[in-house]
Amino acid sequence: MDWLFLTEVFLAGLGAGALYAVTGVAFVLIYKATRVVNLAIGEILMLGGYAFFGAAAGWHLPAWIALPVAVLSGALVGAVVERGLIRPMLGESPISVFMVTIGLGSILAGFVQVVWGADPLRLPEFMPSAPIFLGEAYLAPKVAYGFLAAMLVLAACVSALRFSRGGVALKATAADQGAAYSVGIDVPRVFSLSWIVACAVAAGAGVLVGAIGGISPTMGVFGLSVLVVVIVGGLDSMVGALVGGLLIGVVEAFAGTFLGGEYKFLVTFSIMILVLMLRPYGLFGTHEIERL
Amino acid sequence: MAAQHLLEVDNIEVVYNRTIQVLRGLSLVVPKGRIVALLGSNGAGKSTLLKAVSNLLGIEDGAVTSGAIRFEGEDIAALPPHALVRRGLFHVMEGRRIFEDLTVEENLTAATFALSGRGLPTPSFDRVYAYFPRLYERRKGLAGYLSGGEQQMLAIGRALVAEPSLILLDEPSLGLAPKMVEEIFTIIARINADEGVSMLLVEQNATVALAVAHEGYIMETGKLVIEGPVDKLIRDQDVREFYLGLGGAGDAKSYRDVKHYKRRKRWLS
Repeated sequence: MDWLFLTEVFLAGLGAGALYAVTGVAFVLIYKATRVVNLAIGEILMLGGYAFFGAAAGWHLPAWIALPVAVLSGALVGAVVERGLIRPMLGESPISVFMVTIGLGSILAGFVQVVWGADPLRLPEFMPSAPIFLGEAYLAPKVAYGFLAAMLVLAACVSALRFSRGGVALKATAADQGAAYSVGIDVPRVFSLSWIVACAVAAGAGVLVGAIGGISPTMGVFGLSVLVVVIVGGLDSMVGALVGGLLIGVVEAFAGTFLGGEYKFLVTFSIMILVLMLRPYGLFGTHEIERL
Repeated sequence: MAAQHLLEVDNIEVVYNRTIQVLRGLSLVVPKGRIVALLGSNGAGKSTLLKAVSNLLGIEDGAVTSGAIRFEGEDIAALPPHALVRRGLFHVMEGRRIFEDLTVEENLTAATFALSGRGLPTPSFDRVYAYFPRLYERRKGLAGYLSGGEQQMLAIGRALVAEPSLILLDEPSLGLAPKMVEEIFTIIARINADEGVSMLLVEQNATVALAVAHEGYIMETGKLVIEGPVDKLIRDQDVREFYLGLGGAGDAKSYRDVKHYKRRKRWLS
């Protein structure tokens, strides 16, 4: 075995895993606040990639403007979806809402196909392309910068949840909606904001994912891996999304290298089933606190 | 009469799920600065009344189908619950409903959302900790690990943070040891006296409730049956017997004689 090669595979896995993690955080944010399992997260991520493409390649805007455009369009989609599709479904059975998000995913995939066509596209280059070496191990610059950006966003999300007043409102709403109302928290606003922030984050992640692997209308499959990530990490845990994301990223990288790309899903979904059997809440999901 | 009453409930009816009628033509008032006790047995509709007042009925599929509720002289029907809290009407819900996986301090922070848009200074929790020193000791701990009494203190502490003019208290004695009940009610009375906060207090434990309240209402199956100042209520023969558990001569009544209950309950028909 060649340690250098293993290290490179590991680093590439971490890079991919960071993007899973940040998208997982977006998923967790929505689930935490509204208890909606948002299967459209992969398509919202895809939309972010296409919005960047539209701004950077279509309108020839520089990347530092196109990136905020992509993030803002994600936020806008989040606001519209929450108001238009999710809020009217409040109080319906979780399965119905779940189905709505599946439908939303199909609509978004269809939309980008109509506007930009079905062929895969490449995003204009916007990251420095000087190769990066950690010790002797080579790391693709896009993967490295993607990793850094994802970690920054993750750190911001986790610390906002832990230390800010808004984080308290989110956790309170997640724990007990009625009680959150009763202490003066504007619960519908918490719902809206969590969708807006989550979709903005997912769209930003879409730009990074697109920069590495290109964009296509089937890019939403990324959401499938993210689903594995959040189930492994715990549906309502941001730290779980981080650990699960990195774990699944690394496992996929090794599975892809040693078993072949077609085994990636086999391995990760097997892990998911194993975790579900041993810890149904995921690695970091909350159980109810038992009063002692 | 409108101005001096902080809360007026005017002949309301409440229906759950569009089918089950819980309150039938119920009216009561809470004057400024007073504690009003609302007593009654299980299922009489006491908690429902409080939820109607704080507008939390909606999330349980209940609705006020007729009548009006006025807070500070204004009809509250159109206000969402959080907006009502921000006007100074705070509901301490039944079963305490603290956020178990948040710390004590975060629970209090959550209540600061009640101050949004009121132009009040940033709150310090010192006042809460002065009333409840035990919460200060445990402020960094998870609220779910507090004892039942401490959780009730935290629930009342959240109300204090919100600077209300009216607190709706739903069964603060629920599941607490008698000593703790006494402690909590002493503090409730102090908060009322020191801060001038009015309270509408729902209780099953009539003895403690009437000890702190100024006025009382007694309710059965969706209707009020007796009302009046507390000193009048505790002299009422039926209240003494059925709610305070005292016989005619003032001594505790034996459960052997409970059969008399049906016969004596003359106000029902």
